[in-house]
Amino acid sequence: MSKIIVPAFVLARRSFISQAMLSATAIALLAGNEALAASNDGDKQNGAGEQLAATSDVEILNTALGAEQEAIAAYQVGAESGLLKKPVRDLAVTFQGHHKAHADLLAKTVKKLGGTPSEAKTVAQYHFPTDKLKTGTDVLRFAATLEKGAVSAYLGAIPLFANRDLAKAAGSILGDEAMHWAVLRQALGEAPVPDAFVS
Amino acid sequence: MAAMGLPAGDAARGEHIYDRCLACHAIDRDRTGPRHAKLFGRRAGSVPGFPYSAAMKRAGEAGLVWNDQTLDKFVENPTGFIPGTRMGYAGVKDPQERADLLAYLKQATQ
Ligand code: HEC
Repeated sequence: MSKIIVPAFVLARRSFISQAMLSATAIALLAGNEALAASNDGDKQNGAGEQLAATSDVEILNTALGAEQEAIAAYQVGAESGLLKKPVRDLAVTFQGHHKAHADLLAKTVKKLGGTPSEAKTVAQYHFPTDKLKTGTDVLRFAATLEKGAVSAYLGAIPLFANRDLAKAAGSILGDEAMHWAVLRQALGEAPVPDAFVS
Repeated sequence: MAAMGLPAGDAARGEHIYDRCLACHAIDRDRTGPRHAKLFGRRAGSVPGFPYSAAMKRAGEAGLVWNDQTLDKFVENPTGFIPGTRMGYAGVKDPQERADLLAYLKQATQ
């Protein structure tokens, strides 16, 4: 039985999360506490000699969190590169904001499930191929590649979640990142939506 | 064994399949997932300093080495092949797409 419970911090977050959709996702993510409490950190169960646990929802979320954290840092590099001009640079900052909101939500959900959120590295620790980012086009292409990869990653995560609310939340993030990808392709002068399906 | 039944792969097509891995992997640097450089012939879970799951490390210690057959199985269903792996990804289900991907990886990871 899962009632929609809106924790106080979700309501508080409304003030600085601009999209109503994201707030709805947050609520969906945190609804159904019993089911959420049932999933736990597989690694903790994998103590020596014990039976291997299935890949848990916490681990799937944490892996997604790691990729979001890298995307935030990548947009930082892009925005600070001086290679993006005004309207496009603003776009990059907006998209970075979305990735921050995704990361925030993923980290909170990992904690809620009793896990430890993966920690962001410093920008330098990601070893971005900055030697290959010489023009605004290079930066946009780099961002588009990350967004396309992120869409695939969420698509690959959705069928694995034991908790369907988490699958829905991942679908919500996937949709946002697919829009980023399309807009970046448009900015690159490519067909914004190249296919009927993402893969 | 499926070894003989693996379709021939096309590396050029495989490069585009590898796009699906690019949120987490690169050939020559560790990201959310480990680097793929020198993947073929490498023991599972053996890139120094990469924080693998207990499950992946144990698979390597138990003798899992990456080659055409083991990669085909892992990429088809990562969490089925190595339960508890941190790679929360459903897999590439199409045998031809996997063959293309592996053909690309074989070239790109040497
Ligand atoms: C959501 C992030 C993510 C995506 C997408 C992803 N991987 Fe991974 N991959 C990982 C992580 C994390 C690990 C380490 C797993 C562990 O320690 O259990 C890993 C491990 C691996 C390994 C084992 C490497 C070793 O050193 O033993 C291979 C091979 C691999 N991935 C291939 C792929 C391929 C091919 C794709 C694309 C079809 C892909 N991965 C997509 C995150 C990802």
